[in-house]
Amino acid sequence: MSRKKEIFIALVTLTKKEIRRYLRIWVQTLVPPAVTMSLYFVIFGTLIGPRIGSMDGLDYIQFMIPGLIMMSVITNSYSNVVSSFYSVKFQKSIDELLVSPMPNWAILLGFILGGVSRGVLIGCIVFCVSLFFYPAFTVINPALTILVLFLTAILFSLMGFLNAVFADSFDDISIIPTFILTPLIYLGGVFYSINMLPEFWRNISLANPMLYVVNTFREGMLGVSDVSIPMALSMIVLFIVILGAASLHLLNKGTGIRQ
Amino acid sequence: MSKFALEITGLKKIYGSDVVALKGIDLTVTEGDFFALLGPNGAGKSSTIGIIGSLVNKTAGTVKIFGIDIDVDFPEAKRLLGVVSQEINFSQFEKVLDIVVTQAGFYGIPAPEANAKAEKVLKRLGLWDRRDSQARTLSGGYKRRLMIAKALIHDPKLLILDEPTAGVDIELRREMWDFLKEINANGTTIILTTHYLEEAEQLCKNIAIIDHGELVENTSMKNLLSRLDVQGFVLDVDQPLQTPPSIKDFTLTLEDPHTINVAVSKDQSINELFVQLSNLNIQVNSMRNESNRLEEMFIEMVKKEQA
Repeated sequence: MSRKKEIFIALVTLTKKEIRRYLRIWVQTLVPPAVTMSLYFVIFGTLIGPRIGSMDGLDYIQFMIPGLIMMSVITNSYSNVVSSFYSVKFQKSIDELLVSPMPNWAILLGFILGGVSRGVLIGCIVFCVSLFFYPAFTVINPALTILVLFLTAILFSLMGFLNAVFADSFDDISIIPTFILTPLIYLGGVFYSINMLPEFWRNISLANPMLYVVNTFREGMLGVSDVSIPMALSMIVLFIVILGAASLHLLNKGTGIRQ
Repeated sequence: MSKFALEITGLKKIYGSDVVALKGIDLTVTEGDFFALLGPNGAGKSSTIGIIGSLVNKTAGTVKIFGIDIDVDFPEAKRLLGVVSQEINFSQFEKVLDIVVTQAGFYGIPAPEANAKAEKVLKRLGLWDRRDSQARTLSGGYKRRLMIAKALIHDPKLLILDEPTAGVDIELRREMWDFLKEINANGTTIILTTHYLEEAEQLCKNIAIIDHGELVENTSMKNLLSRLDVQGFVLDVDQPLQTPPSIKDFTLTLEDPHTINVAVSKDQSINELFVQLSNLNIQVNSMRNESNRLEEMFIEMVKKEQA
């Protein structure tokens, strides 16, 4: 059997294992985003939304939908990889991979594909949930929407991987999502347009990377955005390249996994 | 292909900046061998195995598996190698069959072939009936078997077991010994680390003893055992005795009225002991070694090294 075919089988095996892991605990992984987002849609979309009025010329619930989908994709792709990779380190089942002939890039890709699949699946679930509350929703640019969906899932899976590489305890894998990721998402234009903010805070918001992800996705779904799309896409791709290279370098060095 | 299953040259491992685990060991294991690597806790055994299996980064030295340098073509070397780690290292929430089939997949074995191989190895290790159980529900002994099944799924030519029978009951340990003897007889080279020196004595043809990161002995088991000067025996006698029998050239002590302890040196004949006991009308019902001979020698060697 050729080396390439062997690596392909190994990669598929690892990806399937990762998917099997989060499907096995679907009550913890797939149901909560659907429930949480339903509550957002009920409270902010149906109850409070009509009092807010329109946002960027759109119904408030319609404006919120891309942001909430992105929020779910980001948190789920990140948390899938960080918890899975930290668990294999903690349980030492990372040894199963290290003793095998699998190259490090395939190990990294397997974990990332697991995170991306969960992020995209959750994105689809939340979109379906949103249709219950806003059946008239139509996607303006499906190609851009799907592209941003996948790029975002890749980017945050890589961030989750890096977090897990350096984590020494279960606390370490919850600090970044709780104290950095979630605040940045909430302040990244999920619930409001930064055009509503005073100039000072609008400029501050432009330094928030979540703003670009959320707005690029909103451009794909609704055709409105607070940022330049080519620039935002370039930044996302650039960060994927940088974080991917850093992750592979750490794996090759054995940081956090080999003594 | 090299006649050596494993060739280690100048292997060094320093943890951090100053904890020296291996001081530059040289070791060869011949193809087909059943080799014991012994040493006290912290001697460097697990570091050595970790480096061979890619779980630990080496500081210096070379490691070749069947002539393949791990620095040149580690994937090819890994294909020939199976490692059973000291600690349980599979996902406790996966099913037994999934764990083994997944491990096969990591070696690039297609699913149909992996399933067939898994069935064969799980049946041989008595795990087939538990193939749909979550790994966490298995007893300690079965978890050890699962570790071996995982390591054998890609038919390695060199199998390294790091204390495979730790915490395993006697019956299961004996079954594992039989299994390991069988796969060794079928051509798999085996390297074993263990704290049960009886295990090494029973199974291994050659032995290396490592202490403080250095090899203090590397020889055949036969040669090592032949160096023992004195062996202690325990004799169970028919009639109760009040005092130990007085026998020329032998020192006997009473453990209890029916049990005699005797030390027999290499140049003494054990027949002579029995003749003299018979002359005193003492009937010996059974005889056994006082303690593990290898264990005594091991302690002696390690003490010498520490002195």
